Amino acid sequence: MLNALLAGVLVSIACGIIGTFIVLRGLAFIGDALAHGVLPGIALALLFGFPGILGATVGALVMIGGISLITRRSRLSSDTAIGLLFVGMLALGVVIVSRSSSFSGDLVRVLFGEILGINPGALVIQLVATLVILVTVIICARPFLMLCFSPEQAQVAGFSASLYHNIMLALVAITVITSFQTVGTLLVFGMLLAPAGAGALVARRIQTMMVWAAGFGSISVYLGLLVSYHFNLAAGASIVLVATLIFFMVFFLRSRPLSTFGSHHIG
Amino acid sequence: MQPTSRIQDTNSSACVIAHNLDIGYQGEIIVPQVNFELTCGESLALVGINGSGKTTLLKTIVGLLPPIKGEIRVLGNPPGKNPHQLAYLSQFHDSGFILPLRVKDVVQMGRFTEKGLFGRMTPMDEDIITTSLQRMGIEDLRDTPLRLLSGGQQQRVYMAQVLARQADLIVLDEPTSSLDASGRELFSRIMDEERNRGAMLVVATHDIQLAAECNQAMLLAHEVVAVGPGKEILTPEALLKTFGIVLLYQGEDKGIGIIEREHGHN
Repeated sequence: MLNALLAGVLVSIACGIIGTFIVLRGLAFIGDALAHGVLPGIALALLFGFPGILGATVGALVMIGGISLITRRSRLSSDTAIGLLFVGMLALGVVIVSRSSSFSGDLVRVLFGEILGINPGALVIQLVATLVILVTVIICARPFLMLCFSPEQAQVAGFSASLYHNIMLALVAITVITSFQTVGTLLVFGMLLAPAGAGALVARRIQTMMVWAAGFGSISVYLGLLVSYHFNLAAGASIVLVATLIFFMVFFLRSRPLSTFGSHHIG
Repeated sequence: MQPTSRIQDTNSSACVIAHNLDIGYQGEIIVPQVNFELTCGESLALVGINGSGKTTLLKTIVGLLPPIKGEIRVLGNPPGKNPHQLAYLSQFHDSGFILPLRVKDVVQMGRFTEKGLFGRMTPMDEDIITTSLQRMGIEDLRDTPLRLLSGGQQQRVYMAQVLARQADLIVLDEPTSSLDASGRELFSRIMDEERNRGAMLVVATHDIQLAAECNQAMLLAHEVVAVGPGKEILTPEALLKTFGIVLLYQGEDKGIGIIEREHGHN
């Protein structure tokens, strides 16, 4: 249980930092696509007896490569490219799974995580990933801030917009890949969006938004684990459910500033 | 027509030079054959309706769009090679209503090019930030969240960021579009100050008054209708070709006359 809590807090920190950028830059769709795109990679890896994390990495690379290839070589928007690959990869994952009946249990664990059965090795991987994310974000703080403000301004200011965008995507991929063991590929997306979304409603600065997001995420992990233990519910899903509930609570508590925010859009 | 080689011959103080330049997106030409020259301390206004190619030219100058054909040199280099000398204010900042940033944070970004990834902000940078805020008349908004400001106030914040860059070439895309009368007055004073400091300005605008204050104006309507000193080229005929409609003030008694073109732009 302590391992589960530790893993959950590490995931919350990683997701709080990266989710902040996903929310502020409107990258939700690509994050979602990555989360589902890793499925066939994991499925293949498990089928052939490789570590799932290796398959997830390959899946994420194929996904990002495919998106940038389609966007560069055609006039299709990245939305179309992402949507197409998202569905394609998901279908591929299901096809692979349907060939073999032996690992449907593994599949459930991939989709929804196995936070209660997390082993020390996975915990170390999670710790390293969270540190890598933290350090990279500190190094790239200025260009990342400018990317959020305006990619064009970043480019003109001498910070290559495509380079730092790709670094940011890589961090999203790392978060998704390492988090699948704790909350699963389906639910990691909730941990990326819900706490950061709630953080956006209360924070006045990007740094504090990350802290709020990590905090909301950690509370979700704690409460989610508690609820799942006492009522015998699926742990990963309980955590994400609590995170979503927290978002809506913050949303309704903060609804007055939000309406001012809306009127500025018109005015 | 001048020979192509003249761009290489020009010394670096002749600051922005475009020669037989075709500009556009993804190989599709929006404005062909752009020719102009801008020396230090000069300003150029780009005048035209939406979609006439103003923004395309600005983005080509700052290096966000590659030129399709022809040559352009910016401060002695191809566009995009002088981030330390360049400031750009783009037209849309949707992010202003979403980002959790204070006014000060936005203006501070104007110092990032100078500081790189790790350079510490010094008291001198703080001074530059404060002066930029003061010049745009928003010093009391320093710690206010950006998203609580009106469109006009946000535009002043973005302009303060541009000033904080202390650039040699300042490229502005419709900087006065959401400013009120006093804001526009302030803006034209700021433009004068920047020019006196020796900076060059390239400004896209709908504001004919603002354009007339610039050393040069370029009228754009998917082609260069005219380019030259503002007072000479901002004629009713040229404006008619640019906008398709012109208001003529014919003295106190006769009131306003309207000339309209029969066909709009293609």
